[in-house]
Amino acid sequence: MPNPKTTELEGKLIAVEGLDGSGKSTQIRLLKRWLELEGYKVFFTEWNSSELVRKATRKGKKKKLLTPTTFSLIHATDFADRYERQILPLLKGGYLVLADRYVYTAFARDSVRGCDGEWLRKLYRFARKPDITFFFELPLEVALARILEGRPALKYHEAGMDMGFSKDPYDSFRIFQGRIYEEYGRIFKEFPVERINATDPSEDQQARMRETVRRLIDLRKFKLKRGVNP
Amino acid sequence: MRSKRFYGKGLPNIDPSLLKGTLIVIEGSDGAGRSTQIGFLQNWLERRGFPTVVVGLKRSELVGEALAEAMRGNTLNAITLNLFYATDFADQLERVIIPSLKAGFVVLADRYIYTLMARDIVRGSSPEWLRELYGFALVPDAVFYLNVSPKILAERNFRKRGLLDYWESGMDIQRVGSMYDNFIKYQGRLHKVFQNLQREFSFYTLQGSRSPQSIAKEIRGRVEKILSAAVIAERAEKAFKAEKSPAPLVKEPIGNPSDKTPVSETPQEKDSAADKAK
Repeated sequence: MPNPKTTELEGKLIAVEGLDGSGKSTQIRLLKRWLELEGYKVFFTEWNSSELVRKATRKGKKKKLLTPTTFSLIHATDFADRYERQILPLLKGGYLVLADRYVYTAFARDSVRGCDGEWLRKLYRFARKPDITFFFELPLEVALARILEGRPALKYHEAGMDMGFSKDPYDSFRIFQGRIYEEYGRIFKEFPVERINATDPSEDQQARMRETVRRLIDLRKFKLKRGVNP
Repeated sequence: MRSKRFYGKGLPNIDPSLLKGTLIVIEGSDGAGRSTQIGFLQNWLERRGFPTVVVGLKRSELVGEALAEAMRGNTLNAITLNLFYATDFADQLERVIIPSLKAGFVVLADRYIYTLMARDIVRGSSPEWLRELYGFALVPDAVFYLNVSPKILAERNFRKRGLLDYWESGMDIQRVGSMYDNFIKYQGRLHKVFQNLQREFSFYTLQGSRSPQSIAKEIRGRVEKILSAAVIAERAEKAFKAEKSPAPLVKEPIGNPSDKTPVSETPQEKDSAADKAK
């Protein structure tokens, strides 16, 4: 694996992490809108969105071929594709890259599935660490209530049914999310993080994010130049 | 026989000591004679009553097809391709190799993690990272490396297909004149990497320029030793268990050890090739 020389990249990477239902996707989209409207070079990327590996992932999920190791590796492949094709070139090209979930999602989810934590950290060593990671904290019960509200059926892997926690998808989901929650707690003792209270009013959360970004990143470098803007 | 183990952290929920089969790996470049040797070995084993299964790279149900497609399009970057291969390998390891070993099969692997590591090292990956990545792989009972000079490899590829393969010529990472020059240079680089891996993973190297029959004979000799050690160990274990508990009233059905056991491949031409070899 080529050495990730993070300091030589001109761009900055901002990631959000948290349980489903923590509101992190809403917040990072708002952050993106703000940066765009202010005229900065910004790009948004989501976990698990690369075209190429999607087909294989779908097949594996549908036919239940995936084990913890192949589940982890296929997502790492997917992430690597997005990383090498988009994130890294954009960072080298001086962009602000916003990521809805990053490697910490894999660390949490895959270690709950049984993969070794140290192995996972080494596996993802090719990926540059975010300049800012926002972690959206909220009590597990609140997150569960938010997700399960108005959702009639849970998907097999989403509910962690492959783990055999419980035959009931809702019970399984609760246990699975609970484990991920604990794992996140461990991860952000290890990696630097900016914590956002996800039960605060939305505007307050967004204000905190913007203030943090302004404080930690010199945004002047990221202004779109006139003439380049289409 | 020494019980199975993983190179590193291993796989979740798998106890390697329960894998009583035998894992034999044949490594070498395209044209080194791997499939010929695997054919010989498989025929010999099956004639002696050992159930066998052949596995290779890019053949997993999970991503084999997608991987082949991606290679044709040449659209993947280095780390991605490398992880794609690792996924393919892990799928076959968990869903073919391990169940077969559990059922007591002799698994013949047409290439293994060493090929994947060598390719990536030549492309600039850190050997240390690769070792960590492939920590989930099982340590084989034997690895045979067919060492053939790049010139002979080129000649064999010409005879077989009339052309050289894009990837086996390293065309994705270098351009040094004609495809032939690329092939020679790339295979030379691979060879150097393999020499380093050989020391680390203790391969048994065979000079591929020798006759296929004499190589086959040497491989058989080594495999024979491994298998007889395995058989002795299994008998001893059985005798030990029989002493401890009375024989079961219902006998286990004889035949395929498991429904999920993969069907072994025995192409006809390999049979005739082996017969000629005798």
